Amino acid sequence: MSVLDIPELALVALVGISGSGKSTFAGRHFAPSQVLSSDAFRAMVADDENDQSASAEAFDALHYVAGKRLRAGRLTVVDATNLQPHARAALVRVAREHDVLPVAIVLDVPEALAWERTEARFDRTFGRQVLARMSRDLRRSYGQLAREGFRKVHVLRGVDEIEAAEIRYERLFNDRRELTGPFDIVGDVHGCRVELEALLTRLGWRLERDDAGRAVDATHPSGRTAVFVGDLVDRGPDSPGVLRLVMGMVAAGHALCVPGNHEQKLLRKLRGRNVKVAHGLAETLAQLDAEPAEFTAEVAAFIDGLVSHYVLDGGRLVVAHAGLKQEYQGRASGRVRAFALYGETTGETDEYGLPVRYPWAREYRGSATVVYGHTPTPEPEWVNDTICIDTGCVFGGRLTALRYPERELVAVPAEREWYAPVRPLTAAPARPDEVLELTDVTGRRHVEHAYGSLTVPAENAAAALEVMTRFAVDPRRLVWLPPTMAPCSTSQLDGYLEHPAEAFADYRSVGVDRVVCEEKHMGSRAVVLVCREPDGGPFGPGGGVVHSRTGRPFFGEPLDTALLDRVRAAVTGAGLWDELATDWLLLDCELLPWSAKASSLIREQYAGVGAAGRAGLPVAVATLDAAIGRGLDVAELRNRMARRRDDVSAYTAAYRAYVGPTDGLRGVRLAPFAVLAGAKGSYHDRDHGWHLALADRLCAADPEFCTPTRRRVVELSDDDSVREATDWWLALTGSGGEGMVVKPYAGPAARSERGSLLQPGIKCRGREYLRIIYGPEYTEPEQLAVLRRRSLGRKRGLALREHALGLAALDALVDGAPLWRRHELVFAILACESEPVDPRL
Amino acid sequence: MLLTLTTTHQPATDLGHLLIKHPDRVHAFDVPVGTAHVFYPEADERRCTAALLLDVDPLKLTASRGRGRKSTTTPESFTLGRYVNDRPYAASSLLASALSKVYRSALRGASKERPELAARGIPLEVRVPVLRCRGGAEVAERLFGPLGWAVTATAIPLDELHPQWGDSRYVDLTLTGTLRVADALNHLYVLLPVLDDAKHYWVAPDEVDKLLRAGAGWLADHPERGLIIRRYLAHRRALAGQALERLDAKRPTDEPTADDGVSDAIPTEPAPRASLAALRRQAVHAALVDAGAHRVLDLGCGGGALLATLIGDRRFTEIVGTDVSIQALTLAARRLRLDRLPERQRDRVTLRQSALTYRDEQLCGYDAAVLMEVVEHVDPPRLSALEDAVFGYARPTAVVVTTPNVEHNVRFEGLPAGAFRHADHRFEWTRAEFADWVRRVGATYGYSAVVHGVGPDDPEVGAPTQMAVFTRAEAAR
Repeated sequence: MSVLDIPELALVALVGISGSGKSTFAGRHFAPSQVLSSDAFRAMVADDENDQSASAEAFDALHYVAGKRLRAGRLTVVDATNLQPHARAALVRVAREHDVLPVAIVLDVPEALAWERTEARFDRTFGRQVLARMSRDLRRSYGQLAREGFRKVHVLRGVDEIEAAEIRYERLFNDRRELTGPFDIVGDVHGCRVELEALLTRLGWRLERDDAGRAVDATHPSGRTAVFVGDLVDRGPDSPGVLRLVMGMVAAGHALCVPGNHEQKLLRKLRGRNVKVAHGLAETLAQLDAEPAEFTAEVAAFIDGLVSHYVLDGGRLVVAHAGLKQEYQGRASGRVRAFALYGETTGETDEYGLPVRYPWAREYRGSATVVYGHTPTPEPEWVNDTICIDTGCVFGGRLTALRYPERELVAVPAEREWYAPVRPLTAAPARPDEVLELTDVTGRRHVEHAYGSLTVPAENAAAALEVMTRFAVDPRRLVWLPPTMAPCSTSQLDGYLEHPAEAFADYRSVGVDRVVCEEKHMGSRAVVLVCREPDGGPFGPGGGVVHSRTGRPFFGEPLDTALLDRVRAAVTGAGLWDELATDWLLLDCELLPWSAKASSLIREQYAGVGAAGRAGLPVAVATLDAAIGRGLDVAELRNRMARRRDDVSAYTAAYRAYVGPTDGLRGVRLAPFAVLAGAKGSYHDRDHGWHLALADRLCAADPEFCTPTRRRVVELSDDDSVREATDWWLALTGSGGEGMVVKPYAGPAARSERGSLLQPGIKCRGREYLRIIYGPEYTEPEQLAVLRRRSLGRKRGLALREHALGLAALDALVDGAPLWRRHELVFAILACESEPVDPRL
Repeated sequence: MLLTLTTTHQPATDLGHLLIKHPDRVHAFDVPVGTAHVFYPEADERRCTAALLLDVDPLKLTASRGRGRKSTTTPESFTLGRYVNDRPYAASSLLASALSKVYRSALRGASKERPELAARGIPLEVRVPVLRCRGGAEVAERLFGPLGWAVTATAIPLDELHPQWGDSRYVDLTLTGTLRVADALNHLYVLLPVLDDAKHYWVAPDEVDKLLRAGAGWLADHPERGLIIRRYLAHRRALAGQALERLDAKRPTDEPTADDGVSDAIPTEPAPRASLAALRRQAVHAALVDAGAHRVLDLGCGGGALLATLIGDRRFTEIVGTDVSIQALTLAARRLRLDRLPERQRDRVTLRQSALTYRDEQLCGYDAAVLMEVVEHVDPPRLSALEDAVFGYARPTAVVVTTPNVEHNVRFEGLPAGAFRHADHRFEWTRAEFADWVRRVGATYGYSAVVHGVGPDDPEVGAPTQMAVFTRAEAAR
């Protein structure tokens, strides 16, 4: 019985003449979806699997599909004769393009048997001479397969061997997904043994020493695994000592190690290759000369056995010396290895003569965290969930380790500068600005996040792209957008479209027993991201941002900066920086009066309607009165016009309540009502009592500028409590107030008994206020009857989807997720807003 | 909304015969948006008034107004306009439609009982207490005055509680004159919607017939006929041209694209604008040819005016127009008639959405990119993203940038001091500011640049447009 070892991810080419049993073999050992058969592709493009004239097009399609499968990391078997070099070359090319190993399995049966099988098939019409030619091709192929690039060639001779064959899958060396750590990932050591020992000790490792006192192994009491990112050797004072310790740890299973370019070069030198001795190799060679020859041989064997990168922790962590882009992770090819060892260079050199490295991390969009070294940097920085932890120990910097999954950095300083750097360490570029790509947001997108998932239709993304690009603030500062809010179920009470009874019933029905009713401020939504330092903080220059519901700068400059200064002072006055241990805060607020931002809207839209109504309807009534005086029967029409006249004056009073005198920031007030996030985490799990208490303290710190949110906490099972809140709402809206927002007391991220997210708030708007939404005369009974048929499903669904995205965006923000991911979530909220829903809801 | 028609012709009650509506009865007609009522608040020998009251049902109005002119480009656009609007209260095309239904025979000048009276002028007074009057009261005077009316148009204040807000768009209109009733009604039928300038229905080609019928005898010689025709036909150029042609085939056609001078939109670049735009396109075209570019990007192509120029030049083998606005791309595709170009031509042109604040891999590797009147539409804090995307990432061999020279703005009559040339401009640069930007971008991204003016050079304030041609420094260090 022959066992055929093939990698889990490979392109398997079956090689054999017609009638050798390739399809049968493929059917026995592989799933139908894994097998791409040339016959099937000929049928696909030409309706005839024997139509040789369709071969070129059929193979074109086959290679295309094979490419798609390999890109997705799926084993692919090509069932074709594959007897000619050009056919196999195409397969090797497809495999290499996707960095998977090409494997050949040759099925060799006697030509006579193949002819017998061929003749038995009515659809095969070629002659014996064709088969003979195939056999010749097969014999010629034997010697060529390995040379052509097939990394494994299995040959099965005769029917029995073919029958008995078994496939055994072998994992790639880099696939260590089963190892879940926790890991201590150590940056470039470069022979700094003392610092390495100090770092391991700092990390809690216990060093084991041999009789000569040399460290030969280390163990961690809580079973952690060390991972070395390579470049153990060269430049530093004790490369053999570092190697001895690391080799011991690896051999004992306490550590993993990937090779660096310096190990690679050392190995070539040890094997006698012609290597230019530079960049600190000379030091290593001199140090090794003092060691016994056996040790040097062990070193060579150790380096030779190193795997260029590892995929760890279920695929969530990748370690490679120079990093690894997503397409190469878990793959095997020469260029994958080269990337892992040397990174990608642009072909240019910098002013120090060193190669300019292509900033692959800036474009990285993979889901795995990538930890690497290779490029010394003064301060490790996360870029798109990748981090370089080479802090130039040998150049007098520090030796750094990343604790995973904790993501903590631990470092020890170098004892001294062991080697003068060619390029000063400080000259390394500071944190590169993360850049966004069009493909991060455009097209039909499926967005997965911790609170669910949604599909953004391409046309919504296109609309959002325009708003985002033309109007929104810098994406680095646009960290969250408020979700739209659904109104309460429609009231059937006389004269009301919305009433507290329905809002309470809505929450009661999903098992909420305690809610907070917050007054609905008569202004514009304002999201305030404020940093402690006026021009500092992690969000770029400006010390924060104030933006509108749709991400636009709130007023524009210089008012926004003045507003931010005022908020910053209030936060300082309230002592929240220290109390929350943060240097920035994200506040959800309303800015009043509405006219401060929307004065042109009020003037041009609302006031105009009122002016027309107030001018026209009294004349109509007077004209009808005159007609009545003449004895005409127009009383009903007259009364209707009189009611309309009154409705328009009520409407006028409603919009006038939103107008207040402002001049710059004078007359402007801010009503904060939620503290969404800070450096220590997001606060969406805190209850509204907490949020409002902090808001009150901001108001106390600057009572002239900040205005409190009036509220009632209501126990929904307590009739008195409900009645009291209802009366409060009636009084509030009766005196011109906009209404209230009812929220689950438990907080923004409250969930129902069944564990699903609740609507974060339900608005219950005042009867008079709704005139400026539904039109001045909406309270007329016949209009109200029609309006009550409003449907809330879409709005509610939208509100929940946006809310979930918002929570995910807050988490992404405080978890330090890469910019593209944060932006993707916020962008999706904006795209949701392109969904057509009744704007009156 | 209300319209009253009064006569002091003796006996005044003859008005009932002319309008074919009995003064002692109340008449009601169903119209698509509600009910039109005709009744007489006064009717005696000396003075008789017919009132047309259109009782608009807001629910029917909403249902019939599916096609709203909604703009996504105005900040926080007012989507509630469909539900909260002046249509129930102000005279508009709704009232004109009702008028044509209710006074159908009177509009034709037909009167069985008083044919001789219908054929001659009688003293009339028309009042429309609320009329939306685009361009202000003065336009009402310009439109009705030449027709023999004495016009009193009083602007209605926006909100008496907020006098500083000024006047609303509405006027209380009174017309007096001695005219035939039919003429008076036809004037109103045409000019009420013209003053409102917001038709409630889709203007179809048969609208030209209606206009010419109602305008018979007075429109052809009206000094404002260009304005009347354009507005009546909802600014559809083709229809307006057709109407003018039919109105008077002998006289040379008015230029239907000229501004009607009463626009209440934000003032745009006045008179020299069209020619300046053409000059700009010429200058950009020439710069691209100089640069030896064959594969070019028009970033922020808008309606595709430059693309049309480039398509006409066979030297450009690949032309890509991008814009962030899907609406603009649709417009460009229509304007370039992409779907009708021969395949070979069509294959040279690509239109696609892209945003200049994001890196776009598909824009890499071109000979040249054009940013014609684009950068000033980007908020200054986002300019660095545009610079990175274009100069840092796409890195075409040449980049041509044009932008207004703000110093030249003083030369535009009608442009208020300190105002930008376009409502969406986020900034306009002086020549020094532009030169600074060009220098900085060139130094940062390794481009050399030449700056010059486009348009007539003014010794004091420079040319109206400034242009920079960037060339990538070829030798990598």
